[in-house]
Amino acid sequence: MAILELRDVSLQVNSTLILNGLSMEFESGYVQAVVGPNGAGKSTLASLIMGLPDYRQYTGDILFEGKSIKNLNVDERARLGITLAWQEPARFEGLKVSQFILASARNKDKKEVDRVLEMVGLEPARYHARDVDKTLSGGERKRIELASILAMKPRLVMLDEPDSGVDIEAIDRIFEAIDYLKKDGTTVLLITHSPKVLEKADQAFLICHGTLVDQGKTSKIMEYFRGKCLPCPHKNVPEINSAAIVGGKI
Amino acid sequence: MTEDLVEEILESVNLHRSFNKDTPHLIINANQVLSSHQVDGLIMEPEELPDGVRARLRVKKGVKIGSPVHLCFGLLPERGVQHIIMDIQIEDEAEVSFMAHCTFPNAVNVEHLMEAQIKVGRRAWYSYFERHWHSEEGMVRVVPVARIELEEGAHFSTEFELLKGRVGLIDMDYLTVGQAGSSAEMKARIFGRQDDRIKIKEAAHLMGEGSRAALTTHIAVKNKARAEINNEIIAEAPYARGHVDCKEIIQDDGIARAVPVVEVRNPKAHVTHEAAIGSVDSKQLQTLMSRGLSEEEAIDLIIQGLLS
Repeated sequence: MAILELRDVSLQVNSTLILNGLSMEFESGYVQAVVGPNGAGKSTLASLIMGLPDYRQYTGDILFEGKSIKNLNVDERARLGITLAWQEPARFEGLKVSQFILASARNKDKKEVDRVLEMVGLEPARYHARDVDKTLSGGERKRIELASILAMKPRLVMLDEPDSGVDIEAIDRIFEAIDYLKKDGTTVLLITHSPKVLEKADQAFLICHGTLVDQGKTSKIMEYFRGKCLPCPHKNVPEINSAAIVGGKI
Repeated sequence: MTEDLVEEILESVNLHRSFNKDTPHLIINANQVLSSHQVDGLIMEPEELPDGVRARLRVKKGVKIGSPVHLCFGLLPERGVQHIIMDIQIEDEAEVSFMAHCTFPNAVNVEHLMEAQIKVGRRAWYSYFERHWHSEEGMVRVVPVARIELEEGAHFSTEFELLKGRVGLIDMDYLTVGQAGSSAEMKARIFGRQDDRIKIKEAAHLMGEGSRAALTTHIAVKNKARAEINNEIIAEAPYARGHVDCKEIIQDDGIARAVPVVEVRNPKAHVTHEAAIGSVDSKQLQTLMSRGLSEEEAIDLIIQGLLS
């Protein structure tokens, strides 16, 4: 069953078409990836699904659990269970890690902060009182953002380039957190151009220039990373079964 | 009667349950000294004036006061003037920290004027935390003026916080003059609402080699509140280092103005400044809203962080 459905979604900014008639269905409870080269429109797609203010003027429709969310603001979408982890998480001067996590947590008990920090491999006693600011490394901020999402227990989470700017140990912890989310029944949407991240997905979509190029099992989409597509100006796309693309259902 | 007033003042700053009379302290209501306690090496000489109190505080050479000295300046009536004149001397190699509470819980028309002369001796250490508790009426006028001399290797830090109740008017003017190896830190965190007015002037003159100063001002204004911040560091000596940091968040029809002045008179000195004024950062806002907080809840949390 699709938890999220895009119906012929296009977004034009000034005179540039960023997303071009995307129709996609994301299955509930799976880890799915949207892959494509830089500038393909991946992050734009995530921002648009989240309903960020600069991405509201799209055509087509987005359905969450069968209902249109087109007229909902960011917080209204979040309260339905949709959330987004940014490629570069925001810094919050003066805001403690525990405050930041509790702000989104369903369970407001401080033990919940410990629980989710441990899940992302951060020692609670060392991080509770730290500020979510520039004193944390990029990898620490990513893990703290993920901890806040684990505490939120969303229905659908979009992780934008979850491996960017993090070391190998942090990547492993982030991958573990993705496993926790999946186990909890959260649908995970990975926005990535990394084969290593793509490996975590059950299914994947390839987009390029705002257009859906292919979709299917991860192993199939992985082929595009093996020298045939990226960067992807369409001309070297391997034998696409164009009929399979139409309709956009895996 | 006096004990009741002490209790009322302490209650207004949430200290009535935790306050220990053996703690070094000075408690003043209007122009009346209600209670004081000094410890070895700390000399406090308060003198009642017609409209306030003059207090001489001295920490003797080499004495390290173990626990913070509590200062409570209150004006419990709805109207009145309180003039506090402080003459503070921290002798060489002495150490002291102050925890000050200024409380005007019933203020309808109150004026709190503070004049301080502070001298921190060689390698002495002075820290002062000041929290204000105002009524919701917004009719408090706070005018603190401090002149601080820092001798060689002296450390001075002060932190001013006004988050509870309405500001009314605050017009602050602090100046430090630092000799070689001294350090000065001045922080102010204030939340202005309605038609509050916030004027802050903090200046540090780095006269001695290797002297340092950091001026940090974090302000939030909403409704029709206004803030004007004038922070200045002048570095005269080699290896003097200074930094000015001013962040202001405005909402509604609030107006904020920041004028950081940095002047360097020695090629081996270095002073930096950063100022950011504007509405709440959109990425911070969107992050919190994407976790389910309403816009109002998210803004409150961001401001709470900035002013923490």
